[in-house]
Amino acid sequence: MQISKDEVRHVARLARLALEDEALDDMAAQIGTILAYMETLNRIDTTAVQPTAHAVSAPITPVREDVTGEHLPRDQALSNAPAEDGESFVVPRVID
Amino acid sequence: MPLYELTIEAAADLLQRGEISSEDLTRAVLARIAALDDRVGAYLTVDREGALEQARRADELRAAGQATALTGIPLGIKDVICTRGLRTTCASRLLDNFIPPYDATVMQRLRQAGAVVLGKTNMDEFAMGSSTENSGFGPTANPWDLSRIPGGSSGGSAAAVAANMCLGSLGSDTGGSIRQPASHCGIVGLKPTYGRVSRYGLVAFASSLDQIGPLGKSVMDCALLMNVICGHDPRDSTSVSEPVPDFTRLRADGLQGLKIGLPVEYFEAQGLDADVRQAVAGAVATVEALGAETVEISLPHTQYGVAAYYIIAPSEASSNLARYDGVRFGVRREDDGDLLDMFRRTRSAGFGAEVKRRIILGTYALSAGYYDAYYGKASQVRTLIIEDFRKAFAQCDVLLSPVAPTPAFAIGEKTADPLTMYLSDVFTLCANLAGIPGISIPCGFSSAGLPIGLQIMGRHFDEARLLAVAHHFEQATDFHKRKPEL
Repeated sequence: MQISKDEVRHVARLARLALEDEALDDMAAQIGTILAYMETLNRIDTTAVQPTAHAVSAPITPVREDVTGEHLPRDQALSNAPAEDGESFVVPRVID
Repeated sequence: MPLYELTIEAAADLLQRGEISSEDLTRAVLARIAALDDRVGAYLTVDREGALEQARRADELRAAGQATALTGIPLGIKDVICTRGLRTTCASRLLDNFIPPYDATVMQRLRQAGAVVLGKTNMDEFAMGSSTENSGFGPTANPWDLSRIPGGSSGGSAAAVAANMCLGSLGSDTGGSIRQPASHCGIVGLKPTYGRVSRYGLVAFASSLDQIGPLGKSVMDCALLMNVICGHDPRDSTSVSEPVPDFTRLRADGLQGLKIGLPVEYFEAQGLDADVRQAVAGAVATVEALGAETVEISLPHTQYGVAAYYIIAPSEASSNLARYDGVRFGVRREDDGDLLDMFRRTRSAGFGAEVKRRIILGTYALSAGYYDAYYGKASQVRTLIIEDFRKAFAQCDVLLSPVAPTPAFAIGEKTADPLTMYLSDVFTLCANLAGIPGISIPCGFSSAGLPIGLQIMGRHFDEARLLAVAHHFEQATDFHKRKPEL
């Protein structure tokens, strides 16, 4: 399966990654090889097969009571922030 | 015997009898790390002062009669598990400065038991890899041959246990990341059933596959760690309420009457190394001599496991790793640009090549027009793989197989070819797709003297049986007694 440089650029953009032009070539080649291998799955007829998202599920995973529990104090939640003002995370301007 | 060579079981006994203190034991292991880790590179962070303080507190607890089996036992923790106040990087440059404000549930449990945390062990960045070469801070070497990889992604944990730089360790296993490094380093590693151990505070890679588990010098040591880390946690909605047995009560009745399945697809796989084949054949003979009955069974969708896994895991990863945007934590990169520009700079500078590859692969597989063909299809094949195991366990109690197709390969050997690296996970990742438990134990050595592991897989929540079978095998063999010369 071939994947073009433009497709990789588009997907990288969706994933909020910026790749140099050279890295795009390598990435397209590698992703192409991997996707070609994924084609092996098309040998299996899965028409009537239900998909599985989780191998172990309800009813043995109990649901907790809907009550307020402990949470991180604000100063701790902000303790790793690259930029903060004591109340909020600070980011570059979004709206002019 | 130097104290750092002790198993958890032996050290706990000496501590209990008052013959050693945790402070002595912890000092001995810290000295071992100081002497060796320049060459092995198992640790990303060593918390010398913190460990000694915890050791002294453990000794006080013991003096007050409040000790448990793990009180005062020095452990290494994979750097993907959040440790309050102790840097946790996931081996990513992006999290170079991250100090978790909270403990993972497994850490709360270990601390309650009085265990001592020595530091944080190296890994593939965000647990994505099979060799620990994807660490943003440099690779870890295999203690048996420093030119080889220790396996991955929990390579630092496995190398630290094998080189006596901790008594035991916690790792995480998404596609084999505990079992494969345990195999390559000649130690024991257990991936529990999905849901058995809380993932709260485990930095997420692929949430439907990730599971924390122990790495140890013996089966009993892994059982001792399991007794502490397992159990329901309201903070992880996928953690289950199944009763947790005492895993150290390893059944004494041998392997009589046990039915062991040998999955033909695992033994006939292309690229299975001759030494590995021979070691596993020897293990089959051993379990038969111990009274088990073996039966050939088929897991017909095994050959599709790698393809299904490498769609599902990167898809989940591409979503999980969206949080690394430089807003709430991590190393932010910005110029004069806007918010989107800051996101892109932060992520592009912080993530390594393999992480970017998987994010792009996963984003592609989930993107409009491709979702059904990739993620949808892989999720259906996952159902077929689960069905394979369900049918197999109607015919046998456990499955026995190789862990990895080859012994540890050379550092640099597979880094240029991601797909070849992925294919080395062929025997381990189906257990993650099915959520079943699997253990790796030493079962031989290659002609070059490298350790080879044996995998035992079982039904959901049947870890006690896996540990019992592994224990009997261990007691009947000497492979676990051989140690690397460093």
